[in-house]
Amino acid sequence: MSRIARRFAALKAQGRGALIPYLQACDPDYDTSLALLRAMPGAGADLIEIGVPFSDPSADGPTIQLAARRGLKAGASMVRVLEMVARFREDDADTPIILMGYLNPIEAYGHARFCADAARAGVDGLIIVDMPPEEADLLDGPAVEAGLDIIRLVAPTTDDARLPMVCGSASGFIYYVSITGVTGTRTASSDELAAALPRLRAATDLPVAIGFGIRSPEQAAAAVRAADAAVVASALIATLEDSLDEEGRATPDTLPRVLAQLSDLAKAVRSAR
Amino acid sequence: MSAADSSGTERGVAETLPNSLRAGPDPRGRFGIFGGRFVAETLMPLVLELDAAYAAAKADPAFRKELDYYLKDYVGRPSPLWFARRLTEELGGARIYMKREELNHTGSHKLNNVMGQILLARRMGRSRIVAETGAGQHGVATATVCALFGLKCTIYMGATDVERQKPNVFRMRLLGAEVVAVTSGAGTLKDAMNEAMRDWVTNVRDTYFLVGTVAGPHPYPQMVRDFQSVIGDETRVQMQEAEGRLPDVIVAAIGGGSNAMGIFHPFLDDPSVRLVGVEAAGRGLDSGETAASILRGRPGVLHGNRTYLLQDEDGQIDEAHSISAGLDYPGIGPEHSWLADIGRVEYVGATDDQALAAFQLCTRTEGIIPALEAAHALAHVAVIAPTLSPETLLVVNISGRGDKDIFTVAAHLGVTL
Repeated sequence: MSRIARRFAALKAQGRGALIPYLQACDPDYDTSLALLRAMPGAGADLIEIGVPFSDPSADGPTIQLAARRGLKAGASMVRVLEMVARFREDDADTPIILMGYLNPIEAYGHARFCADAARAGVDGLIIVDMPPEEADLLDGPAVEAGLDIIRLVAPTTDDARLPMVCGSASGFIYYVSITGVTGTRTASSDELAAALPRLRAATDLPVAIGFGIRSPEQAAAAVRAADAAVVASALIATLEDSLDEEGRATPDTLPRVLAQLSDLAKAVRSAR
Repeated sequence: MSAADSSGTERGVAETLPNSLRAGPDPRGRFGIFGGRFVAETLMPLVLELDAAYAAAKADPAFRKELDYYLKDYVGRPSPLWFARRLTEELGGARIYMKREELNHTGSHKLNNVMGQILLARRMGRSRIVAETGAGQHGVATATVCALFGLKCTIYMGATDVERQKPNVFRMRLLGAEVVAVTSGAGTLKDAMNEAMRDWVTNVRDTYFLVGTVAGPHPYPQMVRDFQSVIGDETRVQMQEAEGRLPDVIVAAIGGGSNAMGIFHPFLDDPSVRLVGVEAAGRGLDSGETAASILRGRPGVLHGNRTYLLQDEDGQIDEAHSISAGLDYPGIGPEHSWLADIGRVEYVGATDDQALAAFQLCTRTEGIIPALEAAHALAHVAVIAPTLSPETLLVVNISGRGDKDIFTVAAHLGVTL
C-alpha cells in the first residue's frame, strides 16, 4: 500500500478528513522552506504538497506566481526540490509528499529519470497542472514503474462523458478543482460543493481532495465535511509573503506565523465532523 | 528519401493520413512529436468543444461563404502580389515579389485569422472575447472585429509592449477594448499569453480565447493555419498569372509563425518551392538575447503545446528578445517545429540591426514601410537575393505595415520625434 493510501485509510479509521497544506519550494529560500516542510506535520499537516517553481505558472493566481518567482530567484531547480524531499524523509517516513507543478521542468529532467529520482527521494505522488490524461502517456508508464501516484485533476467543467476516463486513469486521490479559475481567488460555495461531490463519488472510489479557494478554517472544515481532504495553498503563502522583510527575506516571524495558521486550519479540520 | 516519405511513419504522424505534408495534425493535434493539448483539466472540455465546433464550421459551406464575404468586403482581400522592381535592382539577383498583407484592413495579416475565429465564436454563442497581443497587431485586429460585431473584448498585453507600442494601445481603446497591461515576467508576449489563459480558465462559460498565432493547444495551430492559408493560396494563383509558374523561394518572418505558416502551407507538397522562415535573432543568435526558438531552443511544453522553446537546463522558460514586439516570444507554432525537424522548411535568423537596415531599404526603394516583423524577412532577402539567378522567383511576405514601429525605429536611429 502506498504512503498516500495508508494515510487516507488511517484517517478514515479515525473518522476525520485530511489537511493538505502547500508550500512553494525554496520560497523565500531553501533553508526556510525546508524548515517549514519539516515543521508542517507537527502543526497538523496530514499530507503535504510541494510546489515546483516554474517560470510560467499559467494556472496560478498572483500569490503563487510571486512565490514561484521568489523560489526561482533563490535557486530552485528540480534537483534542489528532490534534495529537499530527501532531507525531509531523513526524519519523516510517513507523511505523504506530493509534487505539484507544470510539465516542462519534468520534460527537461527526462520523464523516466525524473520518476525514478523522485521516488528515490521519497516523493509519493505528482499533480501536473498542464498534463490532462490525454497527454499523460509519456509520464504514466515511468510513474507506475517508480511507484508514484498520478493524481488527476477534476474541474467543474469536467462533464459526465469525460469524468470516468479522468478518474479511471487516476491513482492516490482525486484533486477536485472546486472553481473555474486560477489558484487563490474565488471560493466555492457549500452548495456548489454539495452538487459536485455525488457526481465524483459515483465515478471513483479514490479519496477526493478539494482545492483552489480554501482560505479559512471554516472553509477547510466545510471541505472535509463534503470530501476527504482540504488543500490550502495561497492563504498560507500570503501569510509567508507578509512575514518577509523589504528585500523579500525570511524573518524570525516567518515560520511561527505560517505554522500558527496551519494549526488553526488543522484544528478546524479535525473537529469538522 | 524525400521529406514526404520520411514524415509518414518516422515522425509519428498517423499512417492513415494521406501521403502529404499538408495532412497534419493527427486526431490528437500532433505534428510528429509536436503540438497536443497540454492544458489544465478546466480547459480541456472547452478545447474539445472548440475542436468539434471548428470541424463542423469547416464542413459547412455557409460558414465558408460568410467568411469569404467578410474577407473580400471588410478585410479587403485578395491582397496584391507586387513585383518589387527597385528592390530587385538594388539587390541584384532574384526577382522579388512582395505579398502585400500590410494592405489588409488593420494593417497586417492578423485579420485573416481573427475574422475566421470571430465568426466561429459567434456560432458557438460566446459573448466575450479575450486575446493576447505582442506588437498589438493581433490585439487591434481582435478589437476591430469585436467592434464590428458588438462583442466585449479584453486584450492582454505585456507592460513593456504597451510602452513600445503606444499607438496600437490607443487604437484598441478607441475600438472599445479593455487593454490590460501585464506586469509579470518581462512584460512581453509570453506573459500576456499566461494572463489571457488565466482569464479564460476563470471565465469559461461565456468567453472565447482568440489566439493570434499558430500555437496553443489543438485545434488552434491547425485552425489559425487554415485561416491564414489564404495568403499562400492567393500567392499560388497570382504567381501563375504573373510568371506562369510557381515561385522558387518564399521567405517569411516567424514569431509564433502565423504569417509564415499561412504562406508556406499551400506549398508544402511542392518540393521545388524552397521555404525559408526567418526567426528574430535579436542581438545575435549566441548573444543570449534572442527570440530564435528553433535555432536556439529545445523541445518542451508551454502554453498548451509541445514545441521548440527557449529554456534553461531546468526547463524554465527564457525571456526572448527582439526589437520587434511581435517576434518577442520564446516559442513557436508546433507545425514549424515539425517542419524544421523533417527539413522541409529552412529556419534562419536575422538580427535587430539587420531588420532595421532592411526596414529602411524597403521604405527607400519601394515606398512601403514594412512592420519590423516583416523587416526580418526582408533582411534575409537582402542576404540571399544577390546570390540567386535573375530567373529565380522569390516571394517575401510583407506581413504588416510599419507605421506602428516608427517610434521604435526613430529611437534606434537616434532621432527624437
